Amino acid sequence: MKPTAKNDRIPAPEERLLLEIRDLVIHYETDDGTVHAVENLDLRLRRGETLGFVGETGAGKTTTALGIMRLIPSPPGVIKSGKILFEGEDLLEKSEAEMRAIRGDKIAMIFQDPMTSLNPVMTMGKQIAEVVRLHRKVSEKEALAIAGDMLELVGIPRERIHEYPHQFSGGMKQRVVIAIALVCDPSLLIADEPTTALDVTIQAQVLNLMKKLKQQFSASMILITHDMGIVADICDTVAIMYAGRVVEYADKASLFTCPVHPYTVGLFDSVPDLEDDKEELNVIPGLMPDPMDLPQGCTFHPRCRFAVETCRLEKPAMREVAPGHFVACPVRAKMLREHPEQNAGNEGEN
Amino acid sequence: MEVLFRLKKSPLAMVGLLVVILLVVVALFANVLAPYSYSKQHLTHMFEGPSKNFLLGTDEFGRDILSRLIYGARISLMVGFIAVSIALLAGGVLGAISGYYGGWIDNAIMRVMDVLLSIPQTLLAIAIAASLGPGLFNLMIAVGVSSMPQYARIVRSSVLSIRGMEFIEAAHAVGSSDMRIIFKHILPNSMAPIIVQATLGVAFAILNAAGLSFIGLGIQPPYPEWGAMLSGGRQYIRDYPHLTLYPGLAIMITILALNFLGDGLRDALDPKLKR
Repeated sequence: MKPTAKNDRIPAPEERLLLEIRDLVIHYETDDGTVHAVENLDLRLRRGETLGFVGETGAGKTTTALGIMRLIPSPPGVIKSGKILFEGEDLLEKSEAEMRAIRGDKIAMIFQDPMTSLNPVMTMGKQIAEVVRLHRKVSEKEALAIAGDMLELVGIPRERIHEYPHQFSGGMKQRVVIAIALVCDPSLLIADEPTTALDVTIQAQVLNLMKKLKQQFSASMILITHDMGIVADICDTVAIMYAGRVVEYADKASLFTCPVHPYTVGLFDSVPDLEDDKEELNVIPGLMPDPMDLPQGCTFHPRCRFAVETCRLEKPAMREVAPGHFVACPVRAKMLREHPEQNAGNEGEN
Repeated sequence: MEVLFRLKKSPLAMVGLLVVILLVVVALFANVLAPYSYSKQHLTHMFEGPSKNFLLGTDEFGRDILSRLIYGARISLMVGFIAVSIALLAGGVLGAISGYYGGWIDNAIMRVMDVLLSIPQTLLAIAIAASLGPGLFNLMIAVGVSSMPQYARIVRSSVLSIRGMEFIEAAHAVGSSDMRIIFKHILPNSMAPIIVQATLGVAFAILNAAGLSFIGLGIQPPYPEWGAMLSGGRQYIRDYPHLTLYPGLAIMITILALNFLGDGLRDALDPKLKR
């Protein structure tokens, strides 16, 4: 089951690869024009690893996640090209029925807002049991028993199995959503901003629960977020996404100590410093490009202070600047090669 | 259960519910409750007013009006409920497909529904009944098909509003099939407007069927359908108004009860009034 990668843009130990996305292109074809939601995206995820997927709203994080699930709303969404190799098999070549068997069983998803991601007229137990019965040959009674076990596992008393979503608080609902996602023991868990809709104290609880259960179920996880704090807390590797592409991909330590891509550097710069008594935040000048009209070459070049002529013309390829640290910025990669002592990120001028 | 509890808070709805239950019981046990057969002619007692023997009087053939009303409840209610079931089933399936899949399927189905809606409903029912010929079953089809577009529209709009919700996406994400999502997740969530419309629709279907029988396209004599009874008595309305009064009252009370119940259900099922 080894995927034979030819264009090794993000090489990784092959035998442990769970998910590999190659050159994925997803467009939304609307009447007003084509939205380039995901452009030539490459990504790898090893077994047991947690990958943080960071980017602004509209960078294509959720679209990528839905693409892996093959749940892009169509029309207008179209997966134009690319490969999504999951356990060595290309998900884009699967039939709809095969995908249905994978969804919820091998790949599960946790949605952003627990308030709306549960069916309001179905009891919690039935909602968990439904997933079990979709993927396992068990009776309704056995499925409900499994549902009860899952509820207890996420810290909800078994007696509440017959209650409806409106009788649960937001944090508890998200626990149920997590139970639904994990009940079939998936090998990949995609969490789309799982804590954004929760208040801060509950966020920590839910994150800890996810961290614990992820290990217990030995699942891999893609965590979509725009909170660097969450990334620092539970991720192993991080992919920074900008305008439909991964611009930097590295293990957490290397990314946090030495961000290379100008966008990543800008992201870290914009995090307010508790010690520093500043009036204004450091921001990246400009706005995200209109996804219907992406700039030529590197999509970040209009906002980039390092931009040179080639940035306007050539799409930057991913380059390894340190073991396991990939950056789609030849300019910064070169700077780093020539001045390795210069620690990127600590030179905020803007 | 919760709905029933909230329905209890509305006295009018409870009255409506009781009357409807009573009517159903009367219709079910018509042969026990009716003092005479609906076709038994008492030729010596024609056009009699209410008396001890004939509580609501007799008609032009000396048939007991009360007995005919009791048997008539059977047919009227049957026509009402079955016609609405036909409409709900056909309209509901079309509306659900239309709302769920969208695109050209939606367009094709809804444009046909629009064509049907553009014809006045009674006229459409008359046209269908006339082309199928008179008879109980044809009457139900005529009334059902003519009210189908309304149900298609209501179901479609509720499916549309539920389809976009995140828990439907979540249902896709756990591997549910389209049919499962429509029947297990979308329809149970869009029942409220459908139930209300169906309750009110039964009243309308009874009225419609009575109208068709009145002009001779529905139930044929000697079967006692309330509309047909009205129609039969109208020649004698000046001298013997009780021939038309009682069937008219029966229709009115039934419709009123169903409307009360429908309104009450609408309030009881309104999620905004929950808690």
